[in-house]
Amino acid sequence: MLANLASLVRYRGLIQSLVARELKARYRGSVLGFVWSFINPLLLLLIYSFVFTTVMPNNVAGVQPYALFMFCGILPWNWFATSLSDAAGSLIGGGNLIKKVLFPAEVLPLVSVLTNMVHFFLGLPILILFLIIYRHPPDGWDLVWFPIAVFIQLVFTAGLALALAALAAHFRDIRDILANVLTLWFFATPIIYPWFQPNVQRFRTLFNLNLFTHLAVSYQEILFFNGPIGHWRWLLALGAFSIVQFLAAYWLFDRLRDSFAEVV
Amino acid sequence: MTPAIELANVTKVYRRYGGRQFSTLKSALLQRSILRDLRPSETFPALTDVTFSVPKGSTYGVIGKNGSGKSTALKLVAGITKPTSGTVRVVGRISALIELGAGFHPEISGRENVFINGIMLGLSKREIQERFDEIVDFAELREFIDAPVKTYSSGMYMRLGFAVAIHVNPDVLLVDEVLAVGDEGFTHKCLDKFAEFRRRGKTILLVTHSLNLVERFCDEALWLDEGRALSHGDPKRVVGAYLTKVEQGEGQLLAETTAKAVEEAGRDGLGRQEGRDGQEPQEGPEQQQRPADPTSNMYQAVEGRWGSREVEITDVALLDASGQQSFVFHSGDRVSIRLKVRAVQPIDDFVFGIGLFNAEGVCCYGTNTYLEEMNPEQLAGDAEATFSIDSLDLIEGTYKLDVAVHKRDGYPYDYHRLLYTFRVKSRTHDVGIYRPRHQWSFSPHIRFTPRS
Repeated sequence: MLANLASLVRYRGLIQSLVARELKARYRGSVLGFVWSFINPLLLLLIYSFVFTTVMPNNVAGVQPYALFMFCGILPWNWFATSLSDAAGSLIGGGNLIKKVLFPAEVLPLVSVLTNMVHFFLGLPILILFLIIYRHPPDGWDLVWFPIAVFIQLVFTAGLALALAALAAHFRDIRDILANVLTLWFFATPIIYPWFQPNVQRFRTLFNLNLFTHLAVSYQEILFFNGPIGHWRWLLALGAFSIVQFLAAYWLFDRLRDSFAEVV
Repeated sequence: MTPAIELANVTKVYRRYGGRQFSTLKSALLQRSILRDLRPSETFPALTDVTFSVPKGSTYGVIGKNGSGKSTALKLVAGITKPTSGTVRVVGRISALIELGAGFHPEISGRENVFINGIMLGLSKREIQERFDEIVDFAELREFIDAPVKTYSSGMYMRLGFAVAIHVNPDVLLVDEVLAVGDEGFTHKCLDKFAEFRRRGKTILLVTHSLNLVERFCDEALWLDEGRALSHGDPKRVVGAYLTKVEQGEGQLLAETTAKAVEEAGRDGLGRQEGRDGQEPQEGPEQQQRPADPTSNMYQAVEGRWGSREVEITDVALLDASGQQSFVFHSGDRVSIRLKVRAVQPIDDFVFGIGLFNAEGVCCYGTNTYLEEMNPEQLAGDAEATFSIDSLDLIEGTYKLDVAVHKRDGYPYDYHRLLYTFRVKSRTHDVGIYRPRHQWSFSPHIRFTPRS
């Protein structure tokens, strides 16, 4: 297993070019091409702004402008959710490669995660633009935590992606179950409501068990709220957990590896 | 010489998870059987105790019918799947021409696909850069290389895939039936490329149905049958053994076809008789008087059996030179057709007839005892009539046989129309409907060398 893990480093060229290919292929044939990577989050943000300032104004103190607050959580959530659903189908979609070419299967779910990370990065300029427009700049020192949060989310997502990909190859239902679980998960995470609401605090333990809470809250603290980040202990704990989770997921993936060529 | 590929006692068992019903998470959860479902419930041995080694620098052919485990063997060598037991050892860099262009993404250009495919096959970016022009020229796709791969024809797709795979510059090249990809010209180019590989001392493992190619090209051959290595060694010998087995299999198949046809015709005949006795008496005599001369109704290639059965043909057998029943013959073989007949009452008006038809239903030859000026005197009880051909001078193909006993005026006792099938094999792939005994002779200014 460790030898296989080490070989991941050897495949970085392959991963790199596959990510590039996915990105290129995604917008190939569209007129606007890469601009869509900016337009999509922009439109999302505009819709949220319209809904929460005009249709059903939200006046909760401390989270104004509300659309911007939500956007800080939705961007990383989209990366997370899309990665997982892509990864769950990655081995099945890449069946041709696994069956016909000597190909390291773990590359496929990882490419899903990394491709969506790039989309996440492309959404950031829109976020920054609006933070400036709304005169709501984040604290300079808080931003140091941003790459750390991104890295922890990467490891966290990658671990889940590996496990899901391996299991989904055997149980095709996982892809459908996942879609519903992700919807539930989204609403169970303080993304479109602030975590300090009394109702959330009442079920604090439950929310703490929802691991994505710590990422969402961290991003909000880093990007949106003023003042020093108060959630860093949870974030680092999640980081440590993510590494263990990744190793466990990799072990599972490795165990099932030989069966992929037969079941996909 | 050190072997480049070595398989020792390799067994590969494919597992089917969850049995007949496709395993789902729901059912697994309901029955708390996730762990059980992850274990095989049904197994299928694709390879059983296969041992062979390919010396470095040699070309090794693997033959066998579909489903014999050839591709599994190749995948094991390529490392795509792992053996259930036994060891596989390969020395040097492998390139597998198993599925060409397996990693191509339809939306992006040929150029980008060449790079990504190359990286997948283990080349570095720089190596691909260096070989790029060569690859594109080999695939003959210079003007289309920047078009998305989805616009390629399947031939173009395959050519590009082949070009990339062959330029990986492997030490061991695995080829799975990919020579069928291009037109004649491209196939030749591929063969030239293989020849070049051989000259440079590379090892080639070739899985193919083209026995010709194996004989011409390979240093050694392996014959797999139902996952077992039946024979390996000299390609000519292995191919010969394989062909013999194929003929046996074909013979068996033809025997079954014939038995089924005869059985069905027997049932058919009964039905017809009922019809004649029952509702449609006026049609009876017409049917009874179907033309019995096989040459006169060759356009009527409908199989069946009819006749009054006053004389019944109880058995028809094709016999080879040694008197054994057979269904597969070689062009030029001695063949006899033996009819066993039974006459209910002694009769004095009877004709035996034979007709040979090719697969298109064209009568190749037809004759009967009356045409050959034999006047019937008596036929009583059980008897045998044998029609012998000294040399079966037919071209390769599948043939059907008519046999009949009828009156001189054509009134049928028992008519078997196209019920018996046999196959003629030939080394020469000549054309036509029959092969006259012939030979070529030349004046001294014309010389040939025999084609191997």
